Amino acid sequence: MTLKASGLSVGVSHSAVVVENLTRTQIVQYAGASGDYNPLHTDEVFATQIAGYPSVFAHGMLTMGLTGKMLTDYVGDCRLTRFGGRFTSQVWPGDTLTSTATVTAIRAENGVSLVDFDVVTENQSGDAVFSGSATARLD
Amino acid sequence: MAASQFPIEAGHVMMFARAIGDFNPVYFDADLARESDVGGIIAPPTFVQASAQYDPDYPLRPQLGIPWFGSGSTPSGRAPITDSDANAQGPGQGQSGGTGLHAEQHYEFHRPVRAGEVLTLTQRPGKSWEKQGRRGGLLHFRETIIEYRGEDGELAVTARGVGVRTEQTVKN
Repeated sequence: MTLKASGLSVGVSHSAVVVENLTRTQIVQYAGASGDYNPLHTDEVFATQIAGYPSVFAHGMLTMGLTGKMLTDYVGDCRLTRFGGRFTSQVWPGDTLTSTATVTAIRAENGVSLVDFDVVTENQSGDAVFSGSATARLD
Repeated sequence: MAASQFPIEAGHVMMFARAIGDFNPVYFDADLARESDVGGIIAPPTFVQASAQYDPDYPLRPQLGIPWFGSGSTPSGRAPITDSDANAQGPGQGQSGGTGLHAEQHYEFHRPVRAGEVLTLTQRPGKSWEKQGRRGGLLHFRETIIEYRGEDGELAVTARGVGVRTEQTVKN
């Protein structure tokens, strides 16, 4: 099912759980794939004893990647023209994250339908960990 | 410095998609992807971040002959990297010791990124500013813009990252 601009209106939202009980292993997996081996994310001894954090925590870009999965599952492959935001709180092992896209505008540009979304990802406490926006080119 | 070139390899795309928990077959199944609307294996939207793998001097990867700053026989192998690394790719992640964090990331997608192509990167500094933080003392922000171009020289992705350096450990 392809998402169509005609089926959307401002205020419509879509949510998906993008990770449940985030594991340290998934953080390490992201380190390996992205190439960012910062011990803050991969090394509990360093993160706690040297950097003073309660544990390792996820790369912001892992949170954004998880959020992007919600978006591409929703709008379809190769539809995003823009995606960005701020990392507003840290993501810790054990967190469950839910990402939500809410339609803020539907517009036409050079005959192409563009849909703007507010995008937010929250942890199990309802705290935003990523807050931003995206635009998709829809039929 | 950023990587200058980023070969988009199917295996790398597959590993990255797995790491973000995305099992969409367009990221790993060549046959299915070829027959789908997108016509072949594509990369997830945030995949360009993995160009750090091709940055020869990337400070957040152990390098030959340079002691790593993570734990080994002691909790830290060496002192945290200095501020001179702040412009490293992966904006704001060029420092360690709980002081350098990624604050923002913004992408413009001009066209899909496809397995088999080679992207060329150009990096330039953007704005920098300071702000008093609620949790981490004075915050130093620095923006970095990386353009990813295809073999035809046309833009594929524009990435604008903002790194923040805090003066103390960030407490939630």
